[in-house]
Amino acid sequence: MRFGLSEEQTLLKDNVNRFLEDNVPLDKVREYADGGSDASIWQGLSDLGIPALLIPEEFGGVGLKPLDAAIVAESLGHHIAPGPFLGSAVMAPFALSNSPDGFAELLSAIATGEHRVGIAFGEAIARRNQASVNAKDGKLDGTSLFAFDADADSYLVADENKNMFLVSADDDGLSRSNLTTVDRTRRTVELTYSGASAKPVSTDSSLFDRTLDLGRVMLAADTLGAAQSMLDQAVEYAKQREQFNRPIASFQAVKHMCAEMAASLEPCRAMVWFAAHALSDVPEEARLTACHTKAHLAEVGQFVSRTATEVHGGMGFTDLLGLHYWFKRIGANRQWLGAPEFVRSEAAILQGVD
Amino acid sequence: MDLSFGPEYDDFRSDVVKFLNNNSDKAPKGGDLRGEQAKDWQKLLIENGYTCRTIPKEYGGFGAEPDIIKSRIIGEEFSKSRINPGLGGQGISMLVPTLLEMGTEEQKQKFIRPTIHGDMIWCQGYSEPGAGSDLASLTTAAILDGDEWVVNGQKIWTSTAHLADWIFCLVRSEPDAPKHKGISFLLFEMTTPGIEIRPLVDMTGVANFNETFFTDVRVPKNQIVGERGQGWQVANAILGHERDTLAPPNTAQTRINALVELMKTETAGGERLIDNPIYKDRLMKIQGRVLAMKYNDMRVLSSRLNPGQDASLSRMITKLQGTELRHELEGLAIDIMGEVGLSYDDNPHLRGAGSWQREYMYYLGLIIGGGTSQIQKNIISERGLGMPREPKIEKNAV
Repeated sequence: MRFGLSEEQTLLKDNVNRFLEDNVPLDKVREYADGGSDASIWQGLSDLGIPALLIPEEFGGVGLKPLDAAIVAESLGHHIAPGPFLGSAVMAPFALSNSPDGFAELLSAIATGEHRVGIAFGEAIARRNQASVNAKDGKLDGTSLFAFDADADSYLVADENKNMFLVSADDDGLSRSNLTTVDRTRRTVELTYSGASAKPVSTDSSLFDRTLDLGRVMLAADTLGAAQSMLDQAVEYAKQREQFNRPIASFQAVKHMCAEMAASLEPCRAMVWFAAHALSDVPEEARLTACHTKAHLAEVGQFVSRTATEVHGGMGFTDLLGLHYWFKRIGANRQWLGAPEFVRSEAAILQGVD
Repeated sequence: MDLSFGPEYDDFRSDVVKFLNNNSDKAPKGGDLRGEQAKDWQKLLIENGYTCRTIPKEYGGFGAEPDIIKSRIIGEEFSKSRINPGLGGQGISMLVPTLLEMGTEEQKQKFIRPTIHGDMIWCQGYSEPGAGSDLASLTTAAILDGDEWVVNGQKIWTSTAHLADWIFCLVRSEPDAPKHKGISFLLFEMTTPGIEIRPLVDMTGVANFNETFFTDVRVPKNQIVGERGQGWQVANAILGHERDTLAPPNTAQTRINALVELMKTETAGGERLIDNPIYKDRLMKIQGRVLAMKYNDMRVLSSRLNPGQDASLSRMITKLQGTELRHELEGLAIDIMGEVGLSYDDNPHLRGAGSWQREYMYYLGLIIGGGTSQIQKNIISERGLGMPREPKIEKNAV
């Protein structure tokens, strides 16, 4: 029995972390937040083979498992890295490689990172503002709100009945407009379809569910990394900052805030590992664990992001330290692919309670 | 990730299950420490290696090599079957491991066998009215007079003192040494003249705790574990042992399953409580936390099996998180029942034999006992996160 990362997985983690430390410092994130491009970051991650991780070897990928992807997601969250990882390296490869229709060619382009796929799932989870996606005769009409990756080459779109389609970004029937959110480390768009050509990916609602589970676990992993970074920064700041002639880290009021963050966050690491592992190896527990992991990390993330900001005092509230980028990223992860109350209600339904 | 224990352990598990099926009629039902049935059952469990498994044969144990997985399988199967897992108590869980590590050969020979067979019941004399979280400031004095220690002072929270034959007790034997270096660890009989016990009723209505008073209690000089002044190290070894057993995640699993069942049967205004979206959301929130602690526990187990894996922080937070979680879980059961949840003792509307209220209060006790949640947070921030200790205040500064 061994519960934890293998040597290869630790190596993967170290490689990704090293790349992000060297290439995605806070200044780089600020540049992207102010309208810059994430192309060089994605290129670097592609050189490391990240978009190929989950793609089966027959389609030019590496054929690794969700736990490997979760390790990368955690590192990306830790460094609040911009980029299309969630859609293009995780959810789309999984859905497309399990689709009955062949996407072999596209998958090899995704594996190298040259083709980016975005995700528009909101209307299949909890429709807002009466937005809806309507499919008829291979064409889509309607709207997807808060689709992620503004620079995608195509979008994996789901309608209310959990049917999935692929729409090309340059299709004449598709227009997209940026939706500004508080989270500037990733960009979301509104997609408007008027007779957009839609290639069917799946009418199997269970494939949608499994794709969604995978996405949720990745968001939880992203929050884990981001929250860990905020806790680390808070502890470090408290050790440096002096008031009343002593480091504020020596005050119990501050220590207990940090201890509470650590006590909530540490079990999340095991939870994310297990949830990711279950997606491939413990199918009977996978769905329930994915729901709980998404919701639980949303709650712990909210607590840690607020408390770590508080430990920084007034500086935490400023733009100078940039701590707010982590705060907002964690806040976005909480709402994307199902807010915690919705996800917990799904967890109840999975246990026969509705 | 490899979550299987392997075929050897599957065989072991089926042996345990077979034993339980064949012998369940011999197991005592209540918690009587003294009963003959309890002792016979304990003897049978030791012979089969299902309790006191790693205690050497020469001291009355089963004498197996330590095997964390086998111990865990035994724990899981006994808990699942709800069959009595053998004698507990602080003598077996805390004193015996300490004697094995720090005791003299003579002490091991004398104390371990009768303790694990239920013939010698122990209580623990640590806390004092003036020494709770700051345990090392204890003042119960032991002065050497010829071949005997003379003990004077008072202990509090001595569980089962009224039932115990012996006490393991921390005393200040070196009044001039720094506080952590002036403590010794003594063993003495509760029938020694000069001991007075007063029961202390707790909020659940039970008098499990006591106040214990010592007036010129004379203890043979050799009934000390470790050297003079070494008692603090001896005690800390035991406290680590205690904390690991305070909030086991698998009982939280059992309790949340029971809570789900309760919410499926209890109604308010004709509606099942499980169908009430607010209570349902609270239930799911707690279930998520229970799962997080379950996986955390798997990680801790794995770190003990695989040298090189570090799960020290996971282990450090278990007592804090586990006790708070259980308190909230039991509290939700009371909330969903409303005024019915207040029922206690002989109330005809009692649910689960009163366990929800009892455990709700009991876990508040555990939040405080065994190192309060606040002390846990000090430990996590200092040892886990490397934050500095609060500066010491000189005794005469205030």
